[in-house]
Amino acid sequence: MKIVMAKPGLDGHDRGAKVIARALRDGGHEVVYTGLRRTPEEISRIVMDEDADALGLSTLSGAHDVLIPRICALLRDSGMGHVMVFLGGIIPKRDHEKMFSEGVRAIFGPGSRTEEILMFLEDASSRIGSNMPIGVLNDDGWRWN
Amino acid sequence: MALELTGNKELLGSALRGSRRDLSRLLSLIEKGEDVAIPENTSTKKSMILGITGPPGVGKSTLVGRIISYWKKEGKRVAVLAIDPSSPRTGGALLGDRVRMDSADSGDHVFVRSLSTRGNPGGISASLMSMVKLLESCGWENIIIETVGSGQSEIKIVAFADKIILVDGPDRGDIIQAEKAGIIELADLIVVNKSDTPGALKVAETIKSALSFSNENDSPQVLLVSAERNTGVDEMMELIRYSKSPIWRDRIKIRERLLSLWDYRLLSSPQLNQVIEDIETGSISLEDGLDILSR
Repeated sequence: MKIVMAKPGLDGHDRGAKVIARALRDGGHEVVYTGLRRTPEEISRIVMDEDADALGLSTLSGAHDVLIPRICALLRDSGMGHVMVFLGGIIPKRDHEKMFSEGVRAIFGPGSRTEEILMFLEDASSRIGSNMPIGVLNDDGWRWN
Repeated sequence: MALELTGNKELLGSALRGSRRDLSRLLSLIEKGEDVAIPENTSTKKSMILGITGPPGVGKSTLVGRIISYWKKEGKRVAVLAIDPSSPRTGGALLGDRVRMDSADSGDHVFVRSLSTRGNPGGISASLMSMVKLLESCGWENIIIETVGSGQSEIKIVAFADKIILVDGPDRGDIIQAEKAGIIELADLIVVNKSDTPGALKVAETIKSALSFSNENDSPQVLLVSAERNTGVDEMMELIRYSKSPIWRDRIKIRERLLSLWDYRLLSSPQLNQVIEDIETGSISLEDGLDILSR
């Protein structure tokens, strides 16, 4: 899969995002890393220019409940509803349901293993391959675990 | 198949009318090796295609960021194709050039696409030519091809550019080594980046003196630049704009482009695996195999 890894908003730590980016590369994926402090508009444009299949977002700042819905809406509105979105970082349990309802398909918090993320991507990829789209636009209720 | 072709045609029409989304999708199709019939650019306005190459870690992406800003100030629309190697073992790639291009994500006048070297059986060069043509047709006036340059395949990639900047860094002097690979003959300008650090001046002098041994008196200029501090960038852009490439250099580029296409043709032949097997079993000779593949 071609995956954009992005850090939205004012959050200056990207060790986690970089570790994931490397792990995904070693898992055979093509990963584009955006660097820190990207706006939702920038992220959506990068996903478009790169024609990515998936978008991984890492946020530690607590602003996910504003940033994530905004990014998902931008993707839907600019003809990129097929892009699959997954999250990492600090997302409190009570916010998970809201994130899923925005179109997010998986949330990986602290302690997640890279093998699990790779398994998720494999599962996602085979779903997409067998015509079960799981982009931000497709509302079928599927989510990882 | 026919349906697929009409699909491509629709995408192409929409991309030519300015859809960024469809331009991007078409680039993916080309990357996957599909034939996209791009109409010849009939307008007299040709895009300027700039190749940036050099060893890893010398600051190419930061420099590209500066070039984007420079051209944006002139009101130009700038597209970048940033090429990174993919792992031959897993096929995976980490494309991080964007991180160092501050100006890359700043609006409708800049388009940046990261490409990995995998996927194309015949190397990326052949599809790169179509990508550049497509960007040109879609009105991207200035196009940058950025690639890590250390070997023969990278030379072929940058040979598709009109002008080529070779970037080196302090304490490297890799360019002198690169001379063996023939990259130096292709360069219109040599830039030693990180001029604010000790060692840069010395590297520049070493390159200059190495060049002075060559018989050509039209060898490329050597310029000190700091992409980080944005010094020397304006001068670099002026030099590259007015540099005139001698005939022999144009010929080397054409030669490299021919070699790329030749490689592509051989490696993308459906008979390739069969020919390799036949040579292995001894039923045909190398020459026979080549004849079959190049037919």
